Amino acid sequence: MTTFVLRRVLLMIPTLWVIATLTFFLMRLAPGGPFLAEKDIPAAAKAQLEKAYGLDRPLHEQYWRFLSGAVRLDFGPSYKYPARQVREIIFEAFPVSLELGGWALLIALAIGIPIGVAAAVKQNTGTDHVAMGAALAGVSIPNFVLGPALVLGLSLTWFLLPPALWEGPQSRVLPVLTLSTAYVAYIARLTRGGMLEVLRQDYIRTARAKGLSEGTVVYKHALKLGILPVVSYLGPATARVIMGSIVVESIFAVPGLGRHLVNGAFNRDYTVVLGVVLFYAGFLMVLNLLVDLAYTRLDPRVELG
Amino acid sequence: MRVATATVGGATLSSGRPESLWADAWKRLRRNRAAVLSGLFLGWMCVTAVAAPWLPGLQDPTYQDLALSASPPSPAHWFGTDELGRDTLARVIYGGRISLLVGLVGTLVSLLIGVSYGAVAGYRGGRTDEIMMRAVDVLYSLPYIFLVILLLVFFSRSIIMLFVALGLVQWLTMARIVRGQVLSLKQQTFVEAARALGAGDGAIIFRHIVPNTLGPVIVYTTLTVPAVILQEAFLSFLGLGVQPPDASWGTLVSEGARLLALFPWLVIFPGVALSLTLLCFNFLGDGLRDALDPQDRRETL
Repeated sequence: MTTFVLRRVLLMIPTLWVIATLTFFLMRLAPGGPFLAEKDIPAAAKAQLEKAYGLDRPLHEQYWRFLSGAVRLDFGPSYKYPARQVREIIFEAFPVSLELGGWALLIALAIGIPIGVAAAVKQNTGTDHVAMGAALAGVSIPNFVLGPALVLGLSLTWFLLPPALWEGPQSRVLPVLTLSTAYVAYIARLTRGGMLEVLRQDYIRTARAKGLSEGTVVYKHALKLGILPVVSYLGPATARVIMGSIVVESIFAVPGLGRHLVNGAFNRDYTVVLGVVLFYAGFLMVLNLLVDLAYTRLDPRVELG
Repeated sequence: MRVATATVGGATLSSGRPESLWADAWKRLRRNRAAVLSGLFLGWMCVTAVAAPWLPGLQDPTYQDLALSASPPSPAHWFGTDELGRDTLARVIYGGRISLLVGLVGTLVSLLIGVSYGAVAGYRGGRTDEIMMRAVDVLYSLPYIFLVILLLVFFSRSIIMLFVALGLVQWLTMARIVRGQVLSLKQQTFVEAARALGAGDGAIIFRHIVPNTLGPVIVYTTLTVPAVILQEAFLSFLGLGVQPPDASWGTLVSEGARLLALFPWLVIFPGVALSLTLLCFNFLGDGLRDALDPQDRRETL
């Protein structure tokens, strides 16, 4: 167990280093920089700016400074807003994104799993077909179509909920709903698949033969293994929730990391883009490790290797 | 059916079985009404998109009629017009051209990379396989869309870059599927026979093994197209994808969403077109999987 965790953590370090190095040199190869916005600035001012950002030093020195900074999540000041440190921006915006994404995933699990179980138990009946048809539709409607549609219906026609911003609990509803729908649908599909596989197995027949109630068989015995595909999906799901939150934050003007990423991308604010990308990469890796550990807890057949 | 049940010598099997497998799959697919309807709808969509420049009565999507600025749907303009007086129906059809093109080309890129990578890893086996698949595992755990964003931010936002970037994102699952197939296929006697006849590794992989992985590859390709279309739309929605004057469905939704409160039809029509297309590809992919590969029901999207 300990060796497994240790090995995974040790593997994370070179991976993050590769990403950091790759992004650093991509950034150096790319055109533009902190002074792209200003058209013609005097050479002296340019030299001053380069000095402020450390761009006047030799490349290897810049690289080293970047790496040693990245370890401490210190990516220097924003190119666009020099008064702001990228680190501050991350610390300020990440809790917002975490709240949005966390709620979306929780709701996806809380609704998706029961739907999937019900569909599996009633396989090939009307319930199953309706649930899975709806799930496929849910997977297919992009969140940036669903979001405006929900705003149009619930905010602009019936005035039930605020159409944007992130102030007060009511403003959370639409963004979370928009973000979670696809995962509700996807998790329902995964749960159904996993449960169908498990319900065919011998130990379920044994449980039934013992005279256990159907509820106990399904929820206590079958669900424990039937849910495994969902658990292994949690890693990729988080990656996709992060991707989705970029869009949802733009639609609803939520002040999270995704919005900073998009704005940074537009302004060619390289330090912000780099910082957010590296931060998310590290975050996802830690999360994937936790998911793998949870998986082995649930399924004793899996060996850590 | 008749050929498949008569399990006889290798010669009969190699000539009779593939056809019966495909015939069988075709029969199962035809019974799936949702998949057939989806296929027809997609076919109609593709024909419309390809034939758009020659469709009678369809306006030029760039033609501006400022007198008709932002008019709601009417008999003259079924989908209404945008704030510059451009016909939304024409823009949606021309947007479909771009969205479908990106979806197909991006999928083709991922198909080429994924199939070759997976086939080589599975065929070589041993240490090569381990290293190659380890690399896939590592890439899997990365938020790959960020790489696409970085590429599009740091370099040009040209459509070629978009094709490459989207293809680069999507090949991983394909590589895994093909590798699994190849691992089991390479043990079979027809591969041994080919080797005994003196075929080289390249010929065995691409002439003998890869064609036999076609079933799962077709299924997964059908599911990759909507994934690529969705990602392109996602990037275009953020303004990082297709650049003006070209407009994909993602661009149209993005433009419409800005004016949502005033002119809702500008987001509804491209949004519905995009969602319906994705839904149909998913239905068709599910149907194809059930038809070609009834056992495997787990790997989706």
